[in-house]
Amino acid sequence: MNINFSAEELAFQTEVREFLAAEFPADIRNKLANGAQMEKDDYVRWQKILANKGWAAANWPVEYGGTGWSSTQKYIFANELGAVGAPDVVPFGIKMVSPVIYTYGNEEQKERFLPDTLASNIWWAQGYSEPNAGSDLASLKTTAVREGDEYIVNGTKTWTTWAQYADWIFCLVRTGGPEIKNQNAISFLLIDMKTPGITVSPIYLLDGDPEVNEVHFDKVRVPAANLIGEEGKGWTYAKILLTHERTSIANVPHSKKYLASLKAKAAKTSDGGPENTLSENPAWKQKVANVEIELLALEYTELRALAAVSTGKAPGPESSILKIKGTEIQQTLNELDVELAGYYSLPFVREQFAEDFDGVAIGPDQAAASAPRYFNNRKATIYGGSNEVQLNIICKAVLGL
Amino acid sequence: MDFSYSEEQRMLQDSISKFISQDYDWDSRQTIAKSDAGFSTEHWQLFAELGWLTVPFKEEDGGFGGSAIDLIVMMEEFGKGLLVEPFLANTILAGTVLTEAANEEQKSTLLAPMMEGKLQLAFAYAEPQSRYEAANVQCSAEATGDQLVINGHKAVVLNGEAADKLLVSVRTSNATTARDGISLIWVDANAEGVRRKSYANVDGQRAADIWFDNVTVPTANLLGETGAAIDVIEMAIDKAALAVCAEAVGAMQVSLMKTVEYSKIRKQFKVTLSTFQALQHRMANMFIELEQAKSILLMAAMEMDRLDNRAAKALSAAKSRIGKAARLIGQESIQIHGGIGVTDELDVGHYFKRLTAIQFSFGSTDYHTARFANA
Repeated sequence: MNINFSAEELAFQTEVREFLAAEFPADIRNKLANGAQMEKDDYVRWQKILANKGWAAANWPVEYGGTGWSSTQKYIFANELGAVGAPDVVPFGIKMVSPVIYTYGNEEQKERFLPDTLASNIWWAQGYSEPNAGSDLASLKTTAVREGDEYIVNGTKTWTTWAQYADWIFCLVRTGGPEIKNQNAISFLLIDMKTPGITVSPIYLLDGDPEVNEVHFDKVRVPAANLIGEEGKGWTYAKILLTHERTSIANVPHSKKYLASLKAKAAKTSDGGPENTLSENPAWKQKVANVEIELLALEYTELRALAAVSTGKAPGPESSILKIKGTEIQQTLNELDVELAGYYSLPFVREQFAEDFDGVAIGPDQAAASAPRYFNNRKATIYGGSNEVQLNIICKAVLGL
Repeated sequence: MDFSYSEEQRMLQDSISKFISQDYDWDSRQTIAKSDAGFSTEHWQLFAELGWLTVPFKEEDGGFGGSAIDLIVMMEEFGKGLLVEPFLANTILAGTVLTEAANEEQKSTLLAPMMEGKLQLAFAYAEPQSRYEAANVQCSAEATGDQLVINGHKAVVLNGEAADKLLVSVRTSNATTARDGISLIWVDANAEGVRRKSYANVDGQRAADIWFDNVTVPTANLLGETGAAIDVIEMAIDKAALAVCAEAVGAMQVSLMKTVEYSKIRKQFKVTLSTFQALQHRMANMFIELEQAKSILLMAAMEMDRLDNRAAKALSAAKSRIGKAARLIGQESIQIHGGIGVTDELDVGHYFKRLTAIQFSFGSTDYHTARFANA
C-alpha cells in the first residue's frame, strides 16, 4: 500500500499540466477568477479544445473515442483541472447520456450521437425530474404513447439545467399503462429540442440566474427510433447512470481549489483588530481546519472507490458517501466564503461580474458573488438524489435495513 | 498508487483475526480484564511466540521491519476484540523510544527481552499539569557525579503497574515548557524512591501514577542525547496516536455491526427498530463516519511511511477526524441499543468506553485539530 505515482504517471501529470498551461483559455480563466459564470460558448470552446486533444471523454471506452485512462490517470487529470480552476465537461452529454447510448443503444444511435457529443456539437439536457417527481423519481408522469413509428409525448420536466441551450434532451417517460408497476413502465427516450410542441420556460434561482427551466411537451411527436434499448427498461439504464453522476458530484479537486483560495483571502482580510487577519481568528481557524480534514478524508474515500473500480468492481454504494460528503463540504465552503465577505456579503450587484464591467466595483474581489453562490448551492444536497435518499441507499444496500 | 494489502499483511491480519475470534470471546476478555494483572501473561507469551511483538521494529534491532501499514493492520484487529494486553505500551510507546534513542547495549538489555515477552516496559511522559504537551516536563534529573537524581510525578502511565522498567522523560535543563532540556532515562520500576499507585482505566486497561522521590540512577541509563529528547518523545506519542486511530477503526466497525444487528432483532411498537427511518439514518451516518475514518487512517499511515514517521500534520488530521467518528459511533451505538446499552453486561458499552478513552489519549480531538491548523 502506497500513495506514490509511478514514473509513467508522473510523466502524465506533467503532460496534463503543460497542456492546461498552454490550452486553457486565459479569458475563461479570468472570468472564473472574477466570480463570473461561464456561458455556453465558453463551455463549447473549452470542450472542443479537450476533444481535439482526445481528452474530452475520460470515462468512455477507447473504441468510441474515450481515453482508456487508468483510474489513477483519471484522478490525476481531475486534480490538475481543479488546481488551475478549469471546469470539467458539462456532464449531461459526455458523462450522463453517452454511457447509456454506448451501453444500451443500437449501432445507428451510437453513430448518430457519440461523435457529435464528443465534439461538443450537441448540447444535451437531462429530462428526469418533474413537478411531482423529485427525489421520488419513479413517480414521473410524462407519457410517451406509441403511434405507428412515433411516440406522442405529453408532460412537463423541471429543474432542467441549461435547457435554453440544449439541442437534445434525454428523457425518462412512461410508456406503460397504470397496470404496470411504476419502474417497469419507464423508458429512455431521446428528443430533439427543435420538435414542435416543446416550450422552455426559465426558472430563476436564488442567485437571480435562469440556470434551470421547465420543459413542456405538448403532443410532441418523437421517432420511435429514438428509444434507447427496450421499452420499460429505462429505469434500469438510468439507475446505472445515476451512480456515475454521484461520483462526479463529489468534486474534490474543485473544493480543494476553493478552500485554498478562501485561506489565501483570509490571510489578507482584516479581522478588525489593529494587526490581526481573519486567518488568525481561532474560530475561523477551527472551522477551516475541520473542513480541510473532512476534505482530506473524502479524497481518500474517493481514491479507495477508484481503486475498487480499477480492480473490476462497479461503483457501489460508496458513491452515496461521495455525494453526501462532497456536497456538504461544498456548502460549508460556500458559507465560509460568505463569512469572509462580512458586510460585503450583502450588496447584490450582479452587473459587476460581467467581463466588460467598467464601473466602480462594490466590495473586495468576489465578495459580492459569495452570498448568491451560497444561496444557489443549497441545491447541491438536493439534486442527484437528495442526501436523505443517499442515506436510504446506504441503509438498503450496505446495512441491509 | 496501490491500496491493497501485501500477502504478509493479509497473513498477519488473518492470524490476529483468528486469535480474536477463537481465543478472545467477550467472556474471556472480561475475565482477563477483571483479573489481578489486568491482562493474560499466557496470551502475551503467545504474542511473543507468534512474533507479533517484533513487528514494528527494524530488522537490525531483531524486528520484522514492519511499516505503519503493518501497525494499523494489527491494531485494527486488536480493536475489534478490545484487547487489553499491553501491546501499545510495550511495542509502540516504549519500543519507539528505544529504537530511536537507545544504544546497542541498552537495546540488548531492554528491547530484546521485551520482544521475547520476558520484560514489561512502560513509557512515563505525561504529568498532571502537562495535558497533551509532551514538552511540559517538571520531573527533574539532577547530576551528581556519574549519577542522576530524579524527582517528580508522572501521570497515567500505561502498563505502569506491570512494568519492570520505566522509560521516563525528565528535565535536565531549562524551564518547564521549553522544548530543549528534556532527556530520556530508564529506571528500574522497583528502585528505591519509586512509588506507584496502580489502577484500572475506564476502558479496563491498566495504568499507574508514579512518583520519583530522590531516585538515583547511573548516567549510563540516559537514552540518547542529553537535553534533546523531545523529537523522539513526540514521535513515540504520534506513533501511539496512529495505533489507537487504527484500534478505534476496528472498534467502531464492531460497534456499528452489533448495533445494526441488534436493530434487526429488537422489537418495539410491534416492529423491529430497523424499520424506523429516524434510526436507519443514524446508522447510515455511523457508516459514513466509519468510512471517512478508514480513509483518513490510510492517508496518515501512508504519510508516516513516506515521511519516515515524521508526519505530524497528517497524523493530527487522522486523530482529529477519527476522534469525532469515535464519539459519534460510540454514542449512537448506545442510543440505538436503548437501556441495555448503558448496562455493564453488554459489550457495546465497553466499546464506547474504549472509543472514549482513545479520544482523550495522545492528544484530544481539539488538540489535534489545532495542531493541524497551525502546522
